[in-house]
Amino acid sequence: MDPKPLWLLAELTYKCPLQCPYCSNPLDFAGPRFKRELSTDEWCRVFREAKALGVLQLGLSGGEPTLRTDLEELVRQAHGLGLYTSLITSAYRLTKERLAVLKAAGLDHVQISIQGADAELSDAVAGTASYRDKIAAYHYTRELGFPLTVNVVLHRRNLHQVEALIRLAESLGAERIELANTQFYGWALHNRDALMPTKAQLDHAWRVVQRERARLGTRLEIVWVLPDYHEQYPKPCMGGWARAYMTVTPAGEVWPCHAAGRITTLTFENVREHPLGWIWEHSDAFARFRGDAWMPEPCRSCPRKTQDFGGCRCQAFLVAGDAGLTDPVCSLSPHRHLIDAAVAEVERAAEAVEWTYRAAPVSRALAAKG
Amino acid sequence: MTAPGRPTVPRLHQKARLQHDDVRGRDVLLYPEGLVALNPTGVEILQLCDGVRSVADVVATLEQRYGATGVEHDVTAFLDGLAAKGLVTYGP
Repeated sequence: MDPKPLWLLAELTYKCPLQCPYCSNPLDFAGPRFKRELSTDEWCRVFREAKALGVLQLGLSGGEPTLRTDLEELVRQAHGLGLYTSLITSAYRLTKERLAVLKAAGLDHVQISIQGADAELSDAVAGTASYRDKIAAYHYTRELGFPLTVNVVLHRRNLHQVEALIRLAESLGAERIELANTQFYGWALHNRDALMPTKAQLDHAWRVVQRERARLGTRLEIVWVLPDYHEQYPKPCMGGWARAYMTVTPAGEVWPCHAAGRITTLTFENVREHPLGWIWEHSDAFARFRGDAWMPEPCRSCPRKTQDFGGCRCQAFLVAGDAGLTDPVCSLSPHRHLIDAAVAEVERAAEAVEWTYRAAPVSRALAAKG
Repeated sequence: MTAPGRPTVPRLHQKARLQHDDVRGRDVLLYPEGLVALNPTGVEILQLCDGVRSVADVVATLEQRYGATGVEHDVTAFLDGLAAKGLVTYGP
């Protein structure tokens, strides 16, 4: 049976008031490729087509999705279709009134990022003073009865705060905290040497997570997204290429994951030119790595291929230079030494290097460079 | 008999929502970043979890509806499974 998608990530805009140096958006987010944003009607058509294909979970993301003035209408339409809607936001200048309107429109779940456990670090990582707005918005979501996920991207400069972050989520009455170790794509790959933690930092944080999970039980779900450079085997990226997940970018390109647009050897189609169902089933970007016929050795004869699906195509492209190779994170990959070298470099460095903030002028310069 | 005040009334957590999945011809429980596929019996149990009925009441209703006995174990196992995921809570 052909797989049908369950998840759609709708990246409504790449505009964002925050400047996090690990942003998963493309480096050229401010360039011409993403300039002409989909209209309200176009998004609503995407949601209808997604539902008809089998999508049940809709993430409304960005950039900063609350910058779209039609967000309420998009939520209303998605909710009317029966989609479970999650707003993935920085909560910058998000008011209780707006959240109440979104609640009435049928929004199911709110996920608010935070960059550190205190204002000083959170604002320094975000590059924008936003901590106070976030804390206020956490309280609004609870007052309005939303299930709440606190999301934190972890890296060298904030991993020591894991315990404080869990305690913060607990005190807010959140359902979940997502502790997402930085995955190196987009801006995070650009800033890899500044962001990558040491092994000792990761070991410490993981011990805290295990202890806190035992203490909290079902009161607070603690999701720990593995730091894959420090693992022996690759992650089962997206649950397998083109099996359950797709991303629609602000200008309508459809990607098998939110980092895939960087793979220059794939052709991506646009919802302005093709129905979503055709793109899912037939487009080069989705068909190329679906299933396991594309797999080279060591994946082809590996018993783990049904668990990890060969790992991540983007990582194979970005690190090993070919999206059709085994994920170089795998200890069986002939390119694993590239990962080991990056890890060793960080272990050797006495001080972390400075990062580049995610911002439109830098992005435009990078887009012009190609 | 249920002792008053004991937390035996199952409720679907506010983060979870029952939804029919037309494409796959089944019902599912949707929640943040996840879903559980349900069989028709599971849906029926959840529909009886109205915040008033205790587990014993849910069992009694099902046994009466189907003229069956001994469903308690299945109902309890199903609800406890969802409770372990935080999708069902027990209250007074």
